[in-house]
Amino acid sequence: MADALARAVGEIGRAPVSVMHVCGSHEQAIAKYGLRAVFPRGLNVIMGPGCPVCVTDLPEVDEAVALAGQGVRIFTYGDMLRVPGTVRSLADAQAEGAKIEVVYSIGQAVQLARKSADECVFFASGFETTAVATAAVLLANPPANFSVLSAHKYIPPVMEIVAEMPETRVEGFLAAGHAATITGWGIFERFVERHRIPVVVAGFEPLDIMAGLLTLVELVRDRRAEVVNAYPRCVTREGNRRAQEVLWKVFRPTGGRWRGIAHVPNGNLRLRDEFAAFDARRRFTIQLARLWDYAPPSLAQSCVCGDIMAGIASPTDCPLFGRECVPDNPVGACMVSTEGTCRIWHQYGGHLNLGEER
Amino acid sequence: MCLGVPGKVVSVDGALATVDFWGVRREVRLDIVDEPVEPGDYIMNHVGFAIRRIPPEQIGQTLALYDELLKAMSEDDLMAADVRGEISATGEKKRD
Repeated sequence: MADALARAVGEIGRAPVSVMHVCGSHEQAIAKYGLRAVFPRGLNVIMGPGCPVCVTDLPEVDEAVALAGQGVRIFTYGDMLRVPGTVRSLADAQAEGAKIEVVYSIGQAVQLARKSADECVFFASGFETTAVATAAVLLANPPANFSVLSAHKYIPPVMEIVAEMPETRVEGFLAAGHAATITGWGIFERFVERHRIPVVVAGFEPLDIMAGLLTLVELVRDRRAEVVNAYPRCVTREGNRRAQEVLWKVFRPTGGRWRGIAHVPNGNLRLRDEFAAFDARRRFTIQLARLWDYAPPSLAQSCVCGDIMAGIASPTDCPLFGRECVPDNPVGACMVSTEGTCRIWHQYGGHLNLGEER
Repeated sequence: MCLGVPGKVVSVDGALATVDFWGVRREVRLDIVDEPVEPGDYIMNHVGFAIRRIPPEQIGQTLALYDELLKAMSEDDLMAADVRGEISATGEKKRD
């Protein structure tokens, strides 16, 4: 398969050919199984904005930190705790006594809220697959003291943005199998038509990824802008209709910033007006001003997380990677999440090569 | 997080199923799965919700992938950690 991939890249006759995947689990598998070692030299496989925790924008974290400071009890997914805001993270607030708890599922947050007399806010991150769970909970009579601070993001619009970025020159996308389980692969048809860039939906086994990349490179070679489903055992054209209904009943897409990327039209998922009572942004006056008493962390200014998620830089381009910024003491969001590019590279052999230091 | 984790349905009570993940029994919500789910079926779980009923002919292959992921993994393997996180994402089954 690696030979076939090398041949197809060779037949394109120019280097490098750059393709992008948008999924932390793809990057984990590529790094874990050492697939980059068998990719042909002329093929660039870039991780785009596929880590939901990483693309959560600083002001979204600021809102959660501010709410915690106002005495609201905050629940969130584990990785969100240490993601830096403009000046502080939720972990910083927690260390000073704010009520912040990590849950594995929004379902657990609801159960805890039912037993609580406090105002409880779930700080919700994740792409559409995870947003469906948030939507289902809001449709199932949550308690009156429960609300959601949504930082949910929607992947298809950001692919449009990245496809247009002159610096990245992405020639094809490898789309993530399980997100497409919900949306169906049909959702990429309009994208392919508009941008004339092929999309291949791929699974997570090393062979799935190699086969997906081979199909993608062949499409690039043959100048065929099409959607190919290379993961038919999980993904259909229509996707999970019921989940889509639940998702769009509760959420509407709005424009918003993704950390490091840009303003993404329709890239953020916000609660519809019918669910205003459960929308933390409308339920509370979020007092951001009191955060500005803290000084922003100075190291964060050298962090290139944004460029990494846009596919312009690699973790090894960052002066902090593996030195000041490590999983136990992360500077940027990409080193926090198990789906962050820096965390993955650091874990699977992206360690600083001390030999090069001399 | 987009990996999900497969499990075998032990029993169904309305919109709630008891599901076995490698010997760990947990509660999984059925609100958003688009096919009827019965005991004996396999589902794909994501943050405590079944997102898909796995067709019978694909169960063997799917389980083999996750066996491989979980097998002999060091504690800090990121993929295995995400899979374990998904198992924990389901509600603790109360002991009868």
